[in-house]
Amino acid sequence: MPGSLSILKLDALRSLLAALALLFVVAHPAAAQLSFKPTAEAVQEDKLLNALKEGDKISGRISIPDGMAASLIQPAGREWRDFQRSTLPIIGGVSILGMLALLAIFLMVRGRIRVEHGFSGKTLLRFASFERFTHWLTATCFIILALSGLNISFGRMLIMPMLGAEAFASMSAYAKLAHNYLAFPFMLGLVIMFLIWIKDNIPGRIDLEWIRQGGGLLSSGKHPPAKRFNAGQKGIFWIVIIGGVLMSVSGWYLLFPYMLPDVTGLLFWTVIHAVIAMLFIAAMLAHIYIGSIGMEGAFDAMGTGEVDLNWAKEHHALWVAEEQAKANASANRSARAVPAE
Amino acid sequence: MARVKFLCDADRCIECNACVTACKNEHEVPWGINRRRVVTINDGKPGERSVSMACMHCTDAPCAAVCPVSCFYTTTDGVVLHSKDLCIGCGYCFYACPFGAPQYPKVGNFGSRGKMDKCTYCAGGPEADSTPAEYAKYGANRLAEGKLPICAEMCSTKSLLAGDGAIIAEIYKERVMKRGYGSGMWGWKTAYSDSPTG
Repeated sequence: MPGSLSILKLDALRSLLAALALLFVVAHPAAAQLSFKPTAEAVQEDKLLNALKEGDKISGRISIPDGMAASLIQPAGREWRDFQRSTLPIIGGVSILGMLALLAIFLMVRGRIRVEHGFSGKTLLRFASFERFTHWLTATCFIILALSGLNISFGRMLIMPMLGAEAFASMSAYAKLAHNYLAFPFMLGLVIMFLIWIKDNIPGRIDLEWIRQGGGLLSSGKHPPAKRFNAGQKGIFWIVIIGGVLMSVSGWYLLFPYMLPDVTGLLFWTVIHAVIAMLFIAAMLAHIYIGSIGMEGAFDAMGTGEVDLNWAKEHHALWVAEEQAKANASANRSARAVPAE
Repeated sequence: MARVKFLCDADRCIECNACVTACKNEHEVPWGINRRRVVTINDGKPGERSVSMACMHCTDAPCAAVCPVSCFYTTTDGVVLHSKDLCIGCGYCFYACPFGAPQYPKVGNFGSRGKMDKCTYCAGGPEADSTPAEYAKYGANRLAEGKLPICAEMCSTKSLLAGDGAIIAEIYKERVMKRGYGSGMWGWKTAYSDSPTG
């Protein structure tokens, strides 16, 4: 048949061409360089592991749609494990227990800071209801976030032996949910606090004097002048804002873990989240202490919003003067507004 | 008791992905989860190698070390298993695992990733052996039936080996001696701190 004959001819031609091509490849110097011994140049795990930089991983190509699965071996996970099991408990233990110890010593040495001239009975509005709402919104979220976060780091060590595995796991599941969802009102509170209190928290020259006198914390009867917020309170404000932003950014990555291309970024943000959290909790313990048992009359500021006039004069003399000047001004205005009959 | 391990002879793996498919089929693994996968290193370049990888059932497993609710346990055979009843889906095991074994059924917005799923070495979970409850959560329990993991059992080139770690290492060493080369026991250094081919 003519058809099959032509195919045969074509085949012969093809093999001839192929032979020529092979000859060309072998003779060509550039192609000769490409030849290799597959056995001698085989990739080895050891070599690849040795070539890795910190946080690096051995990865290749994968045919399934999950691109993240192309990472084959990621030794950084082991360093993260060491961080979780050894470093973080030390950071957390030292900062939180250390702060509690410091506060206990402070309470023993200094005692409760009293209102020196006693309560006057007259009060002054320090925080309006919206300010108090924002504070307590953020504070409530913070406490639950802190406890549920500490549960993740220390619960297995401290709480699980008491509750048993099942009860502890279901408690932790709810704690995790609370942690995930309360992050949002916490962030909202953070933004509002920033907006309503930033104007009173700009550091100024007066703060240097407050810091020089140690805030009058160490000796009774010494009260460096302060406006609405003294340097210590400004410090707390900025710790909350900066710490809160770091917690929010890192937490955002952990809430949406697939925003990052690989797990190395997640490892970085979990470390930031955990370390900042421990320091943040320690700082807030000091804040809670001085706002409650540490100082007489201080809790009223966030409780009822009304502080005693003597307390205010002792701790925020310049602020009291400003408020009274304002009150006098408005009293004069209203006096003028109402015409005398 | 034997200490079971996986060993992938990368010089024999032809990247057919049959281990991946067999595993998915055997355990009816949820959509989007691959308990086993084949990764090609140096794709298209000299020295290209494909490696089939799943949970390596590490000695002193990092996942178990970091789990906040301690849901992992190691069987007497050295298989690392976990309880989906205890798992809270936090993702810590996924962060710590050097092999990317732990996976989650849902892409996790608000951290609602669901319970972690990973290779069980075809050994099920804490439920009673070969029960429907065990199958629904963890897949088939072939070990309870005296069988080895399906991925290794059906590997056409016998690249993927499963069984007593000492025996499969011996088989691999014999192969390397005979053919004169070997790219190493992938992942063994990381998982078991053993020296490859040594």
